[in-house]
Amino acid sequence: MDIAFVIEKFILVTIIFAISLLIAMYSTYAERKVAAFLQDRLGPDRAGPFGMFQPLADGLKMFMKEEIIPTNANKWLFMVGPGLAMLTACIGTAVIPWGSDVQIGDRIVPLQVTDINVGILYIFGVVSLGVYGVMIGGWASNNKYSLLSAIRAASQNISYEIAMGLSIIALLLVTNTMSLKEIVEQQHGWQWNIIYQPLGFLIFIICAFAETNRAPFDLPECETELIGGYHTEYSSMKLGFYLFAEYINMFVSAAVMATLYFGGYNYPGMDWVLLNAGPLFGPLIGTVVFFVKIFAFIFFFMWVRWTIPRFRYDQLMHLGWKVLIPLAIANVIITGVVIAIIEKF
Amino acid sequence: MGTSVFYFVATFSVIFSLMVIFSKNPVHSVLYLILTFFTFTVHYILLNAQFLAVVNFIVYMGAIMVLFLFVLMLLNLNKDNEPLKSNMVKIVGVIAGCCLVVTLVGSLKATAISDPVVLKNPNLGLLKNLGKELFGPFMLPFELSSILLLTAMVGAVLLTKKEKA
Repeated sequence: MDIAFVIEKFILVTIIFAISLLIAMYSTYAERKVAAFLQDRLGPDRAGPFGMFQPLADGLKMFMKEEIIPTNANKWLFMVGPGLAMLTACIGTAVIPWGSDVQIGDRIVPLQVTDINVGILYIFGVVSLGVYGVMIGGWASNNKYSLLSAIRAASQNISYEIAMGLSIIALLLVTNTMSLKEIVEQQHGWQWNIIYQPLGFLIFIICAFAETNRAPFDLPECETELIGGYHTEYSSMKLGFYLFAEYINMFVSAAVMATLYFGGYNYPGMDWVLLNAGPLFGPLIGTVVFFVKIFAFIFFFMWVRWTIPRFRYDQLMHLGWKVLIPLAIANVIITGVVIAIIEKF
Repeated sequence: MGTSVFYFVATFSVIFSLMVIFSKNPVHSVLYLILTFFTFTVHYILLNAQFLAVVNFIVYMGAIMVLFLFVLMLLNLNKDNEPLKSNMVKIVGVIAGCCLVVTLVGSLKATAISDPVVLKNPNLGLLKNLGKELFGPFMLPFELSSILLLTAMVGAVLLTKKEKA
C-alpha cells in the first residue's frame, strides 16, 4: 500500500462526503421550492438571491437552539440515535462508482472508493442498518409516541427489505455480478438495465421510498397520529441530524437507483465524447451526467411527496406483503426462465 | 498484521459478548449483541470470506436483531415488572452453567491447541467460488436446509393463525 494510494482515497472520501452533505443541505432548499412550485407558492425567497442561503440559516438555527435531553430518557442512547442515523446514511456512498477511471498525469484514479465484489449486498446491508438510528432514538426518548414510531419504522423496514432483495435478485440474474463497477460497465452507452428489468425497477423504487421513510410511506413520522414520530423529544442539532440523514439517504438511494438501473455514468454517445474530451474531462462529463440522473431521482422523490397522500398503516403492510413480494417473486421466475431460454437457443 | 488485527477484534468480541450477559437492561444486551455480530463480520473479512461477512451483516445485524429489538421494545421490560426468580431457578442455572463450562473445557482440551487454522483454499469465501461449491458438490445439503427453513417459516405462519371455532 503506497502513500499515494492512501492520499488519493482520502481525498476521494473527503470530496464524496462533502458533496453528499452539500447535496443534502440543498435538498432541503429544493424540497421547499418544489413544494412551493407544486402548490403555486413562492417558497423561501428572503435569505440571499432566490432564498439560496436559506439552508445556511436553517443550519445555524439548528445549532443555536437549546439542547434538551428529557429527564427519564436513556441519555447515552438518546445521543447515539441521531449519530447512528447519520453514520448509516453516509457509509453507503463508499461502493458507488461515481465515474469511469480518470487519468491525471500518468496516474489512473478510479472514481470509486472501493470496488468490493459484493457491492450490492453491502448497500443492502447498510440500508438494513439504517433503521437502528430511528429505533434507538425512538426507544431512548421514553415517550410512547416515539416508541410507536420506532416500532413502525422497524416493521416497515423489514417488510420492504424482502421485496427489495427479491428485485435485486432478478437484477443479478441479468448482470451476473454483484460488483457495482462491473454492473455500470455493462450498461455502456444506452443499454441500461431498466430496459431488461422494468418491473424490478418499479418494485425497487417503491421499496426505496419505504426504506428512506419518504412520503407516501413516512408512517414513522405521521404527525396526525404520532405528534412528531421518533424525533418528538429531539431538539437542536440532534433533530437536525435526523432530518439531514433523511436527505442523505435520499441522495444515496437516488445514486444507487441511477447506478443499478439507469446506467450510472453512461449515456448515449459517450464514446465520441470520451474520444474528444481526453482522459481527464471525458470521465468527468460522465460524472456530471450521473449527477444529473441523481438530481432527477431526488426531484422525483419530492414530486411524489407533494402529490400522493400518506398511506394508512394497514395499506402499507398490504402493499408490501401481498402485492410487492409476489410481484418480485414472479419477476425473479420470469427473468430466470427467459434467461434460460435465451441461453438454450 | 493479520494476527494483530485478529487479536484486536477478538478482544472486542469477547468484551461485547460479556457485556451482553452482564448488562441489566435487555435492550442494552441486544445492542451489545449487535456489536458482537459486527466484530464477527470483521472476523469473516479477515478470513477472506466476504460473502459470509456481508450476509452476516444483513441477516443477523440488519434483520434478526431488528426483530429482537422490536420484540423487546414492545414488551418494554424494566426493573419494575421483571419477575423475581426463585432460588430453585438460580441453583439450576448455576449447575447448568457449570456443565457448559466443563463441556467447553473438555472439547477445547480434545483439540490440538497450537494448530493454526490453515485455509486449504483461501479464496473459497469469494462469491463465485462459494456459489460453485454450494450448487455443485454441496447441492443436496444446501437444498435440504432451504426446505428445512421453509418448513419452519410455514410452521410459524400456521402457529399465528387462529384456529377456527
